[in-house]
Amino acid sequence: MMHTWHFSEMAYHPAWAQLNESYRVIIPSRLYDPKVGADLYHRYLDEWALCDELGINIMTNEHHATATCADSVCTIPMAILARETKKVRLLALGMPIANRENPIRVAEEYSMLDVISRGRIEMGFVKGVPFEISPANSNPADLMERFWEAHDLILKAMTSHDGPFSWEGTHFHYRSVNIWPRPYQQPHPPVWMPVGSPGSAREAASRGITIGVLNTGWTATPGIFDAYRETAAKCGREMTPHHLAYMALIGVGKTREEGWRRADQILDYSRTSGIVAPQFANPPGYVAPQMAATAIRGTATTARATRLQTRDGKPINPRTVNVEDAINAGLVFAGTPDDVWDQLKAFYDHVGGFGHLLMMGQGGHISHEDTVDNLTLFSKEVLPRMAELG
Amino acid sequence: MERIDVGEVSVEALVHGEGRPLVFLHGIDYFQQQVPFLYRLGETFRVIAPRHPGFGATRRPAWMRTVGDIAYLYLDMLDRLALDDVILVGSSFGGWVALEMAVRSPPKISGLVLIDTLGLKFGGRDEAEIADIVALSADDVVKHNFAHPKNAPDYAALDDAQLEEVARDREAAVLYGWRPFMHNPSLKHWLHRAKAPSLVIWGEQDRVVKPAYGAHLTQRLQNARFLPIAGAGHYPQIEQPERVATAIAAFARENVR
Repeated sequence: MMHTWHFSEMAYHPAWAQLNESYRVIIPSRLYDPKVGADLYHRYLDEWALCDELGINIMTNEHHATATCADSVCTIPMAILARETKKVRLLALGMPIANRENPIRVAEEYSMLDVISRGRIEMGFVKGVPFEISPANSNPADLMERFWEAHDLILKAMTSHDGPFSWEGTHFHYRSVNIWPRPYQQPHPPVWMPVGSPGSAREAASRGITIGVLNTGWTATPGIFDAYRETAAKCGREMTPHHLAYMALIGVGKTREEGWRRADQILDYSRTSGIVAPQFANPPGYVAPQMAATAIRGTATTARATRLQTRDGKPINPRTVNVEDAINAGLVFAGTPDDVWDQLKAFYDHVGGFGHLLMMGQGGHISHEDTVDNLTLFSKEVLPRMAELG
Repeated sequence: MERIDVGEVSVEALVHGEGRPLVFLHGIDYFQQQVPFLYRLGETFRVIAPRHPGFGATRRPAWMRTVGDIAYLYLDMLDRLALDDVILVGSSFGGWVALEMAVRSPPKISGLVLIDTLGLKFGGRDEAEIADIVALSADDVVKHNFAHPKNAPDYAALDDAQLEEVARDREAAVLYGWRPFMHNPSLKHWLHRAKAPSLVIWGEQDRVVKPAYGAHLTQRLQNARFLPIAGAGHYPQIEQPERVATAIAAFARENVR
């Protein structure tokens, strides 16, 4: 059975009209009105809380210094929802562990959430997009080395139950690691990471980590899932479809027009999230020199912009993409419940199956009422058919 | 380019000319644009210009992460090559390396030349004396580094291998200098240990580190002279190579052991 997760970036869209060449990093916070922001936070939390009744799991993420995502601490909405919900699972995808100074604190946050939610937490560890480097002041040249050391330390901290241990690594140093509480789930909550390439899928597969694949679409996703399956088999790791997750923007309506209108509004997520001054998209060392060389020459804007295309090979510009092209690119499933099911099923078959649908059911300017109707229609009309998948 | 084996590191180096040894330590970027200047110095000196570990084609051992490590590597290199009465020249990031060598009081260095050096923090916690070049647009990076933008490289004209080298250089520079940004907070307290006479050269239009920083450094060093260069930014050896080469040659003549 495929699992569905509702995801929102908690965007602060009221500032968008005042932004130009960058929606991130350098934008002044005077453009954020805390009173408007408070209403938005409560609204997004209400939508997630509704998911508990609808049988849709919950996914949060985090970004920094941006109007595209006002969720700057992914575990804060989780802390609220851990108590406000009772049934569904809670995925933070996730914590940028190479950008956090203190992995022990991460282990404590996730463990505490896991206990309060009585074992409903799923832990995402993310590399973070390049524009997170500047807000975190995190060294891009050894980012992944730090990521894996933090990952190993967090898991050891969660699974050691016999008193303190010491850790003297390359990036993190503790003489006495001994976290309380220990997690509710044993040995620890499931681990996820988002990946965008076959190479990182292989790294995740070799460790048995569930991958969340975002914004890769019809053409790039099969290679990523194949790389995961091949590596898992090579490593002798037992895998299920639940090691693979795919994110799509979803607009369901009573009519096709209504579903497309909702998808069009949610697509403002894709149209805005890549708008950033180029120097923050390419910090030195974030990607291998061969790739960085292209950016220095000035021929690449962002990697994402060059690789997206429809199933017919038509290149997609995420800043201007329309619903029809986004459906053909596998980025969006939209229309009536039947339309959405058909698109989902076709994508599922095309990529060889997967176990989690990360549903962006809210994004951009879509209203609360439309979001509620979108989630409710999905729950009533599409979700029951998901038993056929996964 | 040649190879100099120092311990476990095979150092790629431009070695050119005859005469008194001059070790040139390069900065963050634009190494290829400085090669003509190094050949010009080679008319007077035996020039040894190593590519720092992680830069160019010098592989960085995984444990080597600090500018102090590079300084010890090059102190070993002076021994390995049996160099004496050395003129040590450091530009930008390479000036930081040179200062870290100098405060370790090496007897073999008889003159220190610092060109628009990084590595020091003089001001308060909310004063960014070293511009955050990583956070600047490509156009602004050029304006910060060059008095005349035409002196900046045309990246569109470089081939893949050359661009990869630029990318590796920038990656290595941030690996060593990300935080604190391009300086060692305690280095200014050890400047009295730099015994060699020093020449502090500064581009008058440098916006990466402004001339006032260089003038202040000159006061803090024991035996130093400040030489501002008109018509130059962060890399005077690229924009005014003849002026800089002449000044270094004159300084070397004044300071023979």
